[in-house]
Amino acid sequence: MVKIISAAAAAAMIKPKARIAIGGFLAVGAPETIIDAMVELGVQDLHMIVIASDWENRGVGKLVVNHMISSAQVSHLGTNKAIQAQMNAGEIAIELVPQGTLMERVRSFGAGLGGVLTPTGLGTVVQEGKQIIAIEGKDYILEPAIASDFALIRAHKADKMGNLTYRKTARNSNPIMAMAGKITIAEVDEIVETGQLDPEDVITPGVFVNYLVLSKENNNGAR
Amino acid sequence: MAQDKRAMIGARIAKELKDGDFVNLGIGLPTEAVNFIPAGVHVVFQSENGMLGVGPSPETGTEDQDMINAGGGFITALAGASFFDSATSFAIIRGGHIDITVLGALQVDAQGNLANWMIPGKMVPGMGGAMDLVTGAKKVIVAMEHCDKNGNSKVLKECSLPLTAKGKVSVIITDMAVIEVSRQGLVLKEIAEGLTIDEVVKATAAELNIPEVVKYF
Repeated sequence: MVKIISAAAAAAMIKPKARIAIGGFLAVGAPETIIDAMVELGVQDLHMIVIASDWENRGVGKLVVNHMISSAQVSHLGTNKAIQAQMNAGEIAIELVPQGTLMERVRSFGAGLGGVLTPTGLGTVVQEGKQIIAIEGKDYILEPAIASDFALIRAHKADKMGNLTYRKTARNSNPIMAMAGKITIAEVDEIVETGQLDPEDVITPGVFVNYLVLSKENNNGAR
Repeated sequence: MAQDKRAMIGARIAKELKDGDFVNLGIGLPTEAVNFIPAGVHVVFQSENGMLGVGPSPETGTEDQDMINAGGGFITALAGASFFDSATSFAIIRGGHIDITVLGALQVDAQGNLANWMIPGKMVPGMGGAMDLVTGAKKVIVAMEHCDKNGNSKVLKECSLPLTAKGKVSVIITDMAVIEVSRQGLVLKEIAEGLTIDEVVKATAAELNIPEVVKYF
């Protein structure tokens, strides 16, 4: 059953060397309350799996600025100068992964698959060192699943079974990351009684969710 | 680039869009096209962070923090819009369900190769969704300045930067020309008003095939 915990308690579970998959796209749909609690604790040497490194003062950018991330699998760094500087200084090891491939590799882990075959990256540096497999005459790159210890996600409403709904483009990678955490912690705007969510509206079934954290802020003003 | 040149490229991109197309426009220059969609042409814009049916920017004061496009800009939803997760978004993209994608480029070459995600040792923003878009979209259009800041052609015999995808570009739209990528190489289809074919050829590092009729745009 799902437990409701504080952001500080969520952050305290995450130890050095943990692999954390984090939802959000350019900080929209990022679990800001949990991230802030992590920054307060300052645990270092984390591996981050995320679509983009966000901004220095928003989303996972805050973990980067505070030197908590030692390696990352990410598709886009362009909005965060700190991560590019740390990469150039050799402080952080980056594997750049095409965004669609990143999603499928994360989803694979959550879905019990070893990986996926994708044409994305053929003829580019992305295919270097990887196995190429032909299916009915077409080449694909074998992209292995990406494992994570924790998934930290942001949703809109949760019921006490951990069923989740999302809001607009804040959904993005969250339902995918949610599937892939050995432990999944969802930060939500509101926790309602079981039965108050229409099962038709549930995007992430509670089976994927272990802990709920109430969001402390509406940094998303229009909620 | 001057606004009039940006608008000219935007207007020319818009001519490529057909009624009923599902379209993904890259950040920056390609989005200029939204201002020039011809009357009677209805296209559905996708944003790879998880939305179809992207509408115009909201009026100041009505922005919703949970409504952004892939560049982080605020957007609205048109009637018929839908939201979905990132894996579904890239299933749409990679699975061939997007008719046209328009992207910027650092370099593009005569084989239809595209480089737009890194300059080794200088700038590594990452590929984001670009590799999936270029791989999966039915038609890939590059929209860019013809030359870089130093006046060097960005249309090359062969890309020197790390590729985004191999052989996927079909049309190149610049402030100087519209170039088609064919099996026989690059074909100069149109030139900008006020230029001569010679000027475009001189500004282009790749070899251009010149058909009998080259139109102005």
